[in-house]
Amino acid sequence: MAGSNPNAKPMNLTLNVWRQANRNAQGKIVEYHVKDISPEMSFLEMLDVLNEDLLHKGDDPVAFDHDCREGICGSCDLFINGRSHGPEKGTTTCQLHMRKFSDGDTITIEPWRANSFPINKDLSVDRSAFDRIIQAGGYVSVNTGGAPDGNEIPIPKDIADRAFEAATCIGCGACVAACKNASAMLFVSAKVSQLALLPQGNVERKTRVENMVAQMDKEGFGACTNIGSCAAECPVGISLENIAILNREFLAAKATSNNLA
Amino acid sequence: MFLDSKAPEGPLAEKWDQHKFSVKLVNPANKRKYDVIVVGTGLAGASAAASLAELGYNVHAFTYHDSPRRAHSIAAQGGINAAKNYQNDGDSVFRLFYDTIKGGDYRAREANVYRLAQVSVQIIDQCVAQGVPFAREYGGLLANRSFGGAQVSRTFYARGQTGQQLLLGAYSALSRQVAYGKVRLHTRSEMLDLVVADGKAAGIVTRNLLTGAIENHAAHAVVLATGGYGNVFYLSTNAKYCNVTAAWRAHKKGAYFANPCFTQIHPTCIPVSGDYQSKLTLMSESLRNDGRVWVPKTKELAERLRKGEIKVKDLKEDDRDYFLERKYPAFGNLVPRDVASRNAKQMCDEGRGVGSTGLAVYLDFADIIQRTGAEAVSQKYGNLFAMYEKITDENPYELPMRIYPAVHYTMGGLWVDYNLQTTIPGLYATGECNFSDHGANRLGASALMQGLADGYFVIPYTIGDYLARTAPKPVDTSHPAFAEADKAVQERTAKLLAIKGNRTPDQFHKALGHIMWEYCGMARTAEGLTHAKAEIQKLKREFWQDLKLAGANEEMNQALEKAGRVADFIELGELMVDDALDRNESCGGHFREEYQTPEGEALRDDENYAYVAAWEYMGDNQPERLNKEELQFENVKLTQRSYK
Repeated sequence: MAGSNPNAKPMNLTLNVWRQANRNAQGKIVEYHVKDISPEMSFLEMLDVLNEDLLHKGDDPVAFDHDCREGICGSCDLFINGRSHGPEKGTTTCQLHMRKFSDGDTITIEPWRANSFPINKDLSVDRSAFDRIIQAGGYVSVNTGGAPDGNEIPIPKDIADRAFEAATCIGCGACVAACKNASAMLFVSAKVSQLALLPQGNVERKTRVENMVAQMDKEGFGACTNIGSCAAECPVGISLENIAILNREFLAAKATSNNLA
Repeated sequence: MFLDSKAPEGPLAEKWDQHKFSVKLVNPANKRKYDVIVVGTGLAGASAAASLAELGYNVHAFTYHDSPRRAHSIAAQGGINAAKNYQNDGDSVFRLFYDTIKGGDYRAREANVYRLAQVSVQIIDQCVAQGVPFAREYGGLLANRSFGGAQVSRTFYARGQTGQQLLLGAYSALSRQVAYGKVRLHTRSEMLDLVVADGKAAGIVTRNLLTGAIENHAAHAVVLATGGYGNVFYLSTNAKYCNVTAAWRAHKKGAYFANPCFTQIHPTCIPVSGDYQSKLTLMSESLRNDGRVWVPKTKELAERLRKGEIKVKDLKEDDRDYFLERKYPAFGNLVPRDVASRNAKQMCDEGRGVGSTGLAVYLDFADIIQRTGAEAVSQKYGNLFAMYEKITDENPYELPMRIYPAVHYTMGGLWVDYNLQTTIPGLYATGECNFSDHGANRLGASALMQGLADGYFVIPYTIGDYLARTAPKPVDTSHPAFAEADKAVQERTAKLLAIKGNRTPDQFHKALGHIMWEYCGMARTAEGLTHAKAEIQKLKREFWQDLKLAGANEEMNQALEKAGRVADFIELGELMVDDALDRNESCGGHFREEYQTPEGEALRDDENYAYVAAWEYMGDNQPERLNKEELQFENVKLTQRSYK
């Protein structure tokens, strides 16, 4: 009612939702119906309505990951009508609003599909592989204390801005879910680019990219075949250019490797 | 009990240095013999866990998220303060200290706040070294912006995503220590109790959120960095999972809870749109640098606007009341949050609110867009404008934003001394989880500062003082206190599942939120609070008789998780009401209608209420006991806050 479209009518929708009791259980699509959905609701608020309804009936509510509901924590991870985070470009599931759907629509809701993201329950997946990739080298090795004055490292504004753009990745995994190879290249490249662009990241530049790529492979993510669905579906607009940077960094590191491990 | 703040003697500027020299140190070779549990992986937790591991301690980090990077620090938008004086505009450590004490309406401890201002400069250096991409000027140096409650530009930022960038910095430092094996990371683990053995914090009991397994963990010391309790209001800018459970269970085990009624209502949030609303979204305070806040000059105009008879653009300059600029010419739109929020409420109470509900005021960017162009505005606030449009379906480049105050931050929290130790030896609280630095109102861009100050630069020193007095013997969970806490957690979970009533956790949470917002929100009265107390007690009884859940403990069960948190919120709500009733004055975010100046500003009572209210748990359904820490002001003069 506060939006620009006060005349928008409540909607009735059919939901096809993936239900799976746990990692090892067999999953299946279950059909649900929700009524009187306001177009001003967010997609997750629509799922809240479904879950309250299920709970009142004594049924098990649908498990899904979410938290900040303002598009920044990267928790929400729904595959809606065959697309990561649904139909709206540059939007996380929590920021997708029901005004993008119409009365009578059938909406299919699945979890991210990738072997490296096992399903916890229903729509919740395990993305700890991303954490392990960061642990393999997604940092600058500085201990607390002893850092020089912040202004002793001048960084050209355009470089700082590009590093920032890469650093805005929210780690949701939409890129992996969108990729037919379940590749994590966009995620990995965002961190590699950020630190390769900045002088602070220069010291560990080679070992970082080698170790992160090695971990990415170990986790079982697929290879990149330059289709670009990852960048097209990324809710925060991480650019495909980062993958080019990653490839260049990786080749340069391999050609002049000082990684003795 | 006498509450010893342990604030060091001596001149303000030398207290921290002297303290660092006087605390005991743990021999480098002995550090690996100590285990430290850190609960929470936001700014305060991740920075503490990483820094303690770097020193050599064995750290066990816990989060209920799937990854440390999801903590709600990630959503902080505007920036982080530091007394760098890069802008040559008169900033200094003392000025940041003074602004923070004054902004907090003289209800914070001087020594802690001064230390915060001192270490603020190191935080920026540390984050830059980690590769945090702060905004920069064309010459390559760091950029600053202004924030409410200050007349200098001392806020460092990364567009509208400063919290994200700082958290990812701390997360990267934490990840590095995980790789080294110095931090053991426990994800999807929720702390459900604190174990106190022989009067000291000895460990925690957790529930694995995927399997339901109840697990015991022992350590030489425990650090709680579990955030604030704003979700007691149901609707707030906090993330959905934010809760008080870890702090509340520690409170019930003996940690005093300080100033629970000090909650911050943030002036610039996107207004509520319907009953289904699950959370509120903040629009960064930095927007008040360039946006002008206004309402129609008369009630009649506001009414016609709400009915759609006229449009915003039909209102001429003369028809608009830029009420903050009118009432506070010196600070204008940049008055502190509590002042801005109260004034917005006042305008709406007068019937001059806008939007279909009348519960909103305008935040208008027409002037700045005309002056500098839409592109320049987008450079600064692009992501915030996009977020606003996604939620409201309105374009803020063309129409003014509609905003309304919403619960955002809680200044109250676990009572801690200068070492950030609670009243339980060996239990520490950092970041929003403690009460320590913001008094009765927090200034913008100071939450990130405090979280990182505590984690990077305070706890690594002060925890050593405690550990050095503790024998470096291996710890385990054999003490009977573990079995006891474990059993209590199991029983409580079973009890929740066995009620089999008719109302869901969310229904109870909404009911509680309604009581809290109506009677313990932006304006409070003795009468309203007394009514609220009875309502909350009634709600508590109903909760334990009529709760409805599904499924079992031995699985991922989000409704069960929620129920446990709501049960704790209900108990906390009652304590907040008690605290608000006790404090017969208005200060900062605590506004008692009985105590105001003729102009409607908060009227403090320094003679009787210049104390920290530290509440002591006395047993189930017993009134809590009030302990007072009298605040001493030796370096600032207590004055009526004026931003005129």
